[in-house]
Amino acid sequence: MIIKRTYILAIVLAATLNVSCKKEASAPQPITTETVKTQEVVKDTLPKLPKPLKIYSNDTVSVKAYDYAGLECYLKQKNDTTYVINFWATWCVPCVAELPNFEKINANYKKNKVKVILVSLDMAKMIDTRLLPFIKEKQIKSEVLLLRDPDADSWISKVDSTWSGAIPATLIYNADMRKFYEKSFTYDELEKEVSNFK
Amino acid sequence: MKKIQFLALFIMLGALAAFTVNPPAGGYKVGDTATDFSLKNVDGKMVSLKDIKNAKGYIVVFTCNHCPYAQAYEDRIVALNNKYKALGYPVVAINPNNPEKQKEDSFAKMQERAKDKKFSFPYLLDEGQKIFPQYGATKTPHVYVLQKTAKGNVVKYIGAIDDNYEDAKAVKQKYVENAVDALIKGKDVTVKETKAIGCSIKA
Repeated sequence: MIIKRTYILAIVLAATLNVSCKKEASAPQPITTETVKTQEVVKDTLPKLPKPLKIYSNDTVSVKAYDYAGLECYLKQKNDTTYVINFWATWCVPCVAELPNFEKINANYKKNKVKVILVSLDMAKMIDTRLLPFIKEKQIKSEVLLLRDPDADSWISKVDSTWSGAIPATLIYNADMRKFYEKSFTYDELEKEVSNFK
Repeated sequence: MKKIQFLALFIMLGALAAFTVNPPAGGYKVGDTATDFSLKNVDGKMVSLKDIKNAKGYIVVFTCNHCPYAQAYEDRIVALNNKYKALGYPVVAINPNNPEKQKEDSFAKMQERAKDKKFSFPYLLDEGQKIFPQYGATKTPHVYVLQKTAKGNVVKYIGAIDDNYEDAKAVKQKYVENAVDALIKGKDVTVKETKAIGCSIKA
């Protein structure tokens, strides 16, 4: 009976969450003993994330493109996962240099509910010629999203008020904590920061 | 009673100190006086702001060869100089990157780039990377509009050239032009600070 109730609750919750990420943040959380269990069921049906502006793909890889309003949902998810959001571009030498460290964190900390999302700022003309081949060649396993919103002044401060706009830049957050870094990371530095989020 | 007043004063002083102790991090704010410099131009001559004749101010652009954002703005930087040099606000471009860390930004490559793109303004190398930290530039391109006054070159605008790095034709807000136009008319700059994506400076 309890299992059945949880299941129904999950469906109802999932249906409410489906609308948009804004709804997700304000969705009423049932204060019952089943809460934890319910959320776990719901989580499996995530991501309830907005529709991309466009999906760029070649024969092997595809990347969802968002404007900032769409991307913002990925920066404000409230669940049991710690998100490591790295802003980068294929032409940014220090970004490419630190990418393996983010890949390693994504692989090593998957079981600890850490998820790396690589937000590319490559320009439109570089997507087919550089970004997609790069993801394929380097066999990038972390999720890659493309932020296509050239009016950068309108969104840089929304990511973090201290960000000047230089890349590489990284945001680490979970339901309780949020920290922004305008710097490059070694693996050890990144691991140290991520482990503070537990 | 006296004790309470004293305590209140003490707390107020403490609060005041908390706000004033921190030095401004990362360079100039709008209203600060910017330093002059003497940096080597692509023609081999040293250039200082004070040497530029008939200037009422300057459009100082930290930019470089290698960064795609800087490249996307090259033609627009040339256009800024063509429009505003005659009006007393010439462009002065500075490459803040350490060529040892970014080979494409070497002095020889700067000379090539300036020639290819027909730069009509000084393109200077921040040798030793000493000037950009004073300004507080963090990336390329990063613009500082200065106005020449009796007390020095006052920072009037900091930030992006405009609101679309990808497509010059889709620009809605020409931040630098708006700032310089206002200064020429003797008005206040409305948008004093903006942010833009750019390549971090390699010092």
